[in-house]
Amino acid sequence: MTAPYLVELKNITKRFPGVVANDGVDFNVRKGEIHVLLGENGSGKSTLMSVLAGLYRPDKGEIVVDGTRRVFRSPRDAIKAGIGMIHQHFKLIDSLTVAENVILGDDSTPPVLRLQDIQRKLEELSKKYGLHINPSSMVWQLSLGEKQRVEIVKMLYRGSRVLVLDEPTAVLTPQETHELFHILREMAKAGRGIVLITHKMQEVMEIADRVTVLRRGKVVATLTREQINRRELAWLMVGRDVVIQYKKKGSPGNKKVLEVDNVHCLSDLGRPCLKGVSFTVHSGEIFGIAGVAGNGQRELAEVITGLRPVTGGKIMIDGIDTTGLSPRQIIDRRVAYVPDDRLGTGLVPGLSAVDNFMLKSYRQSVLRRGPLLNKRAAYQNSRELVKQFEIQISSLDAPVKLMSGGNLQRLLLAREITSEPLLLVAVYPIRGLDIKATQSVHNILLQQRDKGVAILLISEDLDELFKLSDRIGVIYDGRITGIMPAEMTDVEEVGLLMMGSAGTGEMAT
Amino acid sequence: MNQDILVAILATAITAGTPILFAALGEILAERAGVLNLGVEGMMLVGAVCGFICALQTANPWAGMFLAMLAGGLLALIHAFLTVTMKANQVVSGLALTMFGTGLSGYLGKSYVGTALPVPFENYTVPVLGNIPLLGPVFFQHDPMVYISYLLVPALWFLIFRTKAGLHMRAVGENPAAADSVGVNVFLTRYIYVIAGGMLTGIGGAYLSLNYVPSWMENMTAGRGWIAVALVIFATWNPVHALWGSYLFGGIDALGFRLQTLNVLVSPYFLKMLPYLLTIAVLILVTRRNMVNRIGSPRALGLPYDREER
Repeated sequence: MTAPYLVELKNITKRFPGVVANDGVDFNVRKGEIHVLLGENGSGKSTLMSVLAGLYRPDKGEIVVDGTRRVFRSPRDAIKAGIGMIHQHFKLIDSLTVAENVILGDDSTPPVLRLQDIQRKLEELSKKYGLHINPSSMVWQLSLGEKQRVEIVKMLYRGSRVLVLDEPTAVLTPQETHELFHILREMAKAGRGIVLITHKMQEVMEIADRVTVLRRGKVVATLTREQINRRELAWLMVGRDVVIQYKKKGSPGNKKVLEVDNVHCLSDLGRPCLKGVSFTVHSGEIFGIAGVAGNGQRELAEVITGLRPVTGGKIMIDGIDTTGLSPRQIIDRRVAYVPDDRLGTGLVPGLSAVDNFMLKSYRQSVLRRGPLLNKRAAYQNSRELVKQFEIQISSLDAPVKLMSGGNLQRLLLAREITSEPLLLVAVYPIRGLDIKATQSVHNILLQQRDKGVAILLISEDLDELFKLSDRIGVIYDGRITGIMPAEMTDVEEVGLLMMGSAGTGEMAT
Repeated sequence: MNQDILVAILATAITAGTPILFAALGEILAERAGVLNLGVEGMMLVGAVCGFICALQTANPWAGMFLAMLAGGLLALIHAFLTVTMKANQVVSGLALTMFGTGLSGYLGKSYVGTALPVPFENYTVPVLGNIPLLGPVFFQHDPMVYISYLLVPALWFLIFRTKAGLHMRAVGENPAAADSVGVNVFLTRYIYVIAGGMLTGIGGAYLSLNYVPSWMENMTAGRGWIAVALVIFATWNPVHALWGSYLFGGIDALGFRLQTLNVLVSPYFLKMLPYLLTIAVLILVTRRNMVNRIGSPRALGLPYDREER
C-alpha cells in the first residue's frame, strides 16, 4: 500500500478572521484511488480543497505535487500542476458550445480556432471515459448532469491528473449520480486521482477507496475501504459533544398549531423537492428539524409561510387550512418567520431600524394617522423594542446593514415576536453568530416556547437542536425520515438518519 | 420610376448606410465584450469634426480618417476607464460621452461650418465587378471606405466566431466570472474592444464629413449614432446582419432625399422622420423574434465586473 502520492497536503493551516478553518491538516491522493473527504458543513472541507485548487493560500503547511514542493498563486498554477477543481456552481458559459467552453482560456489553443480538431479530441476523451456529450451542443441546452460532464472534460482536456469534485451529487438525479460514479471509477482505473467532497454517508460507502473525516478543521481519521463502517463514520463526523439542556418550563400543550400533511413542492429548478412531508407542532413546543443543508429545509419553511406554492398536500395553522394562501394572509393568521438570510428576506438592508420594525405592522391603527404613517409612534415603539431586546444600535435612523449579525437577529426576532405569533418558523437562526449572540437568540426562543408559542426550528447544528427541541424530526431528500422526542434519541441516531440511513425512530406525529 | 433612378437610389443607400455600418460594427465589438457604449453619437461627431479639420489642413482625406479613428478611440478609452476600471454605470457614462462629444465637436468645428472639403475621396470602379449591369453601379462604383467596410464585415465575423480572441470576447461578455476562472483577462479584453469599437465609430463619423456630405455642420450625425445602437440589437450582435440593416436605413434615407427632388407631394419633414420610425418598427419586430428564438443580448452586457463580489 505504498503507492506514490500524486498530491500531498502537509500540515495545512488556514485561518479566517475569528475561525481556524483548517488546523494542521494532512491529506494526500494516490494514483488511481478515489479519496472521499467527509465532513459536516463548516468542517473545513471546502477550505482545504480551495487551498489545493489555488484559490486560497495556506497560512502554514505545504503542497507537494509528484514529490516537488509547489506554491499556487492562482487557480491557473494549480491547473498547470495537473489539479482540476470542479466547483459546485459550474463555471460555464451558457451561450457557447461545449467545445468552446472546454478550450476557453487554454494556452494551447491556436489563434484561429480549429473546432473540428477540438471536437474530435473531445469525442475521443468522452469515449474513453464514457462521458456522453456532444461537443457542438450549446451549454444552455444541457441538463445539470451533462454540464457537470462538460466540467470534467474541461479538466481532462487540460491534462488534470487529480480531479477534485465539490459535492458533485448535490444537483444530480440518482441516475445521473450513478453514471457519474461510473465515470469516476473509469478515470481512477486510468491512473488519475479523484477527490470527492461530500457529507453523504451513502456515497462514501458506495465509492470510497479511502476516506478522510474532517471535524472543526481537523482530521479526525483517515480510513481505508476495509475499515469503513457506517456507524463509526457518523460518530467521527458529528463528534460526541456534551449536550447541555436549557431549563424548559413545563411540557408542551396539546393544541395542534401547525399541521403539515403529505406536503409536496418543487425546488427552484422545478424538480420535486418536498416529497410528502407530514408532522405536527403543538403550542408551547419547539419542534426541531435536523438535516444536512439542501434536503428541503428552506423550501419547507417557504411552503409554510406561503412564499412557495404547494404542489400537493395540506397545511393547517390553528385549525384553519392555509394551503395556497398568500404570505400576508398567513401573517394575519399570526405566523412569524425568521428566514435563513436575515439581510435578504428578513430585513431590508438599506432601511433604518424604525422602518424595518414597521414593515409588518404599519397597517395597525397605532402606527397610522389616516393614510399617513405615524412616525412618532413608530419611533416610540422602536425605542421600546431596542431596549427590551438589548439591541446595540448607533442610531434608529442608520441603515440596518451596518449592524452586526447578532444585533440583526435580535432586531428581526423583536419584530416577529411583537406580532404575538401562534407559530414561529425559524430557519438557521444562529448561523454566523458568536456564542453570546447564540445564547441570547436561544433564550428568546425558549421564552416564546414557555409563553405557549409553537416553534418550528430548522437547524443544521445538532447541539442547538438537542438543547432546545422537545421533539426532533429528521429531513432527508425531501422526506421526514424520523421523528423522536429529544430526550429519547442521541446524536448518533440523528446523524445516521441525516445521512439517509434507514430510520430506527418511531414515526410519531 | 426608371432603372437609372433605381440604381441611383440603391447606390446612395450604400453610401448613406456606410457611416451607420462602421458605427454599428464598433458597437458590436464593445457590446460583445459586455460594455454598453451609448456614446456612439458623440464619438461619431468628434470623429467627423476631427477628420474634417485634419483632411482640410493636410489636404489628405486618409490623414483625416486616421485622426478620426484616434479621436474615437480616445473617447472610448474614457468610457472604458470609467466603466471597466471605475465600475461606473455604463448608461450614465455613455450618455455623458454623447453630450461631451456633441459639445466638443461644435466647439472645435465652429469656424469650419459650411466650408466645403476640396479633397474628398475619389470614387473608384472595381475592375470586372464594377461593369456588371445593375450590381456594378450599385455596389462597386464607390469610394475606398465603402470597400473597406465590405471587407470589415466578414473579417469581424471571423474574429468573433472563429478565433481565440473572439471566443474570449464572447466569454467576457456572457459570463466574466467563468472567463476569469479559466484565466482570461476580463479587464484587458474589455478595454481592447471598447477602444477598437470607438475607433470604428470615429471612422463612421468621419465618413459623413469627408464623403457623404462632404462638409462640416454642427450635429451633422442627426441621430445616426442612436440608429447604430438600435441596429446592433436587431443585428443580434452579428456583423453580417448589421450590413443589411445599415443599408436598409441608408435606403430609406436616400429614398426620402430622392422623393423630394422628384416633387412627390409628401412633407419633407415626414420623409426625414422615416428612418427613425423604421427603427422603432423593426425594433419591435426583431425583439419579438429574438424572444421566440431565445437570442438575447450578451448576458453580462451593462454589468461592471468585480472579482471580489459574490
